[in-house]
Amino acid sequence: MGFFLETLIGGLMAGMLYSLVALGFVLIFKASGVFNFAQGAMVLFAALAMARFSAWIPQWLGIDSRFLANTVAFLLAGALMFVVAWLIERLVLRHLVNQEGATLLMATLGIAYVLEGVGTSVFGSDIYKIDVGMPKEPVMILEGAFEGGLLINKEDFVAALIAGVLVGLLALFFQKTSTGRALRAVADDHQAAQSIGIPLNRIWVIVWCVAGVVALVAGVIWGSKLGVQFSLATVALRGLPVVILGGLTSIPGAIIGGLIIGVGEKLSEVYLGPMIGGGIEIWFAYQLALVFLLFRPQGLFGEKIIDRV
Amino acid sequence: MSRQIGEVILDLKNVSLAFGGVKALTDISFDVREHEIRAIIGPNGAGKSSMLNVINGVYRPQQGEIILRGQHFSKMNPFKAAKAGISRTFQNIALFKGMNVIDNLMTGRNLKIRSNLIQQAFWWGPARREELAHRAKVEQVIDFLEIQHIRKTPVGRLPYGLQKRVDLGRALAMEPSILLLDEPMAGMNVEEKQDMCRFILDVNDQFGTTIVLIEHDMAVVMDISDRVVVLDYGRKIGDGDPDEVRASPEVISAYLGASH
Repeated sequence: MGFFLETLIGGLMAGMLYSLVALGFVLIFKASGVFNFAQGAMVLFAALAMARFSAWIPQWLGIDSRFLANTVAFLLAGALMFVVAWLIERLVLRHLVNQEGATLLMATLGIAYVLEGVGTSVFGSDIYKIDVGMPKEPVMILEGAFEGGLLINKEDFVAALIAGVLVGLLALFFQKTSTGRALRAVADDHQAAQSIGIPLNRIWVIVWCVAGVVALVAGVIWGSKLGVQFSLATVALRGLPVVILGGLTSIPGAIIGGLIIGVGEKLSEVYLGPMIGGGIEIWFAYQLALVFLLFRPQGLFGEKIIDRV
Repeated sequence: MSRQIGEVILDLKNVSLAFGGVKALTDISFDVREHEIRAIIGPNGAGKSSMLNVINGVYRPQQGEIILRGQHFSKMNPFKAAKAGISRTFQNIALFKGMNVIDNLMTGRNLKIRSNLIQQAFWWGPARREELAHRAKVEQVIDFLEIQHIRKTPVGRLPYGLQKRVDLGRALAMEPSILLLDEPMAGMNVEEKQDMCRFILDVNDQFGTTIVLIEHDMAVVMDISDRVVVLDYGRKIGDGDPDEVRASPEVISAYLGASH
């Protein structure tokens, strides 16, 4: 029982991190109906910026405290993501209003290449580390309740907590503020939103900004786990099955989808793995996504898509 | 009637619109006076919806201009139009289907919201008070349209007639000076039509809103509008008060397809 719970908790925490990546997709899809292929590149770009800024800032400003340097680096990287969002709107999206979904999709592919290229040429292509002082050592909890207690990875726990709080705040923002309402309105119907005086351009900047911040947080967390390198862009691929499962238009869907996949991966690895040879963790999520695509293409919480693609 | 029809508020001059080789509108001019109900009628494909889309800036005409309260617009866009006090409803209802009635109407208040993103994010005093004030306005619209019982229902789940009413509500929540209605009564039964007529007349009478509407039901059009423009194949073939239009031979032949 203790071992099962341990696996379950490990899965939930990993799942929360998947949710964070998936959230970036959902935000942009909700507001502009575009599947943003550049999300992975944004994560990489943000993580690179964070890693380099936190290394440069102590030299530039002579700050000794790691906490202060990290904070400044985080704010700077956030500001940079804002500039990126603004440029994307200005240079790309503005010219593509009311275009086909496929056109916008291709445009995001282009954005991905530009971001990766600019990111690696400005910040360099070495492997960097982000050290935000995440606790590394695992802890034992509930030693009284189970024999041997439950072994929890503290780093994953903190990461999951941050991800959870961010997801919660975003959900509140979407549901409870007038800007959030405007965002939902734009997602639902561009034309109608414009005709009641919702400024499409500003809304898009806001949404890409929020997605940029989410990418930054994801970049920092994943970057401090795996190190910042080019392959960080592929972290976004882990978000794909999550959004297919949870539905592309639903923030709660991204959370629950992430949790299901995180738990599913770990449990199947541990309990199914020995029977069919292990290594399940790698493909489990994609297999599950495939099943969903066959039987419930809109995902668990997504809006039913009625028109033909 | 208490309302006074005023000066020309919206003037369209020589508007022509083509999509590639298809001429949707050819050299159309007409004006709309303040506080009046102005109808645009015509057979299917006559260019009525295109006309409304030109006024509201969804389509940019190749020629012609729009003069709104003395201000010339050669290029209108929906956002500018909304800022200038023009709101509209859509032929195929364009409500935000996932949101409930209140949220839909609240989006109509968007232009009037002054608090910034940061204030909203922290649910700060001013943002919160503002939200409540707008909510009160929205409640007035809800009372006016008699849709109290569905205020929390997601719009996608409402029957068609009520959706049309919510669509009107969202436009009203903007407190427009000019209201464009694209077939507000299409697909409704007699009872729903009567309700809608009553609302349109009340809006016009109580708030003094100028109304431009497209409608197929001739009896309704002739009953509620002050002046009527008739379009056929993108050309204007009639303009005047309902009796004049009804008597015009050109209009009769366009509608009945008289032998030439």
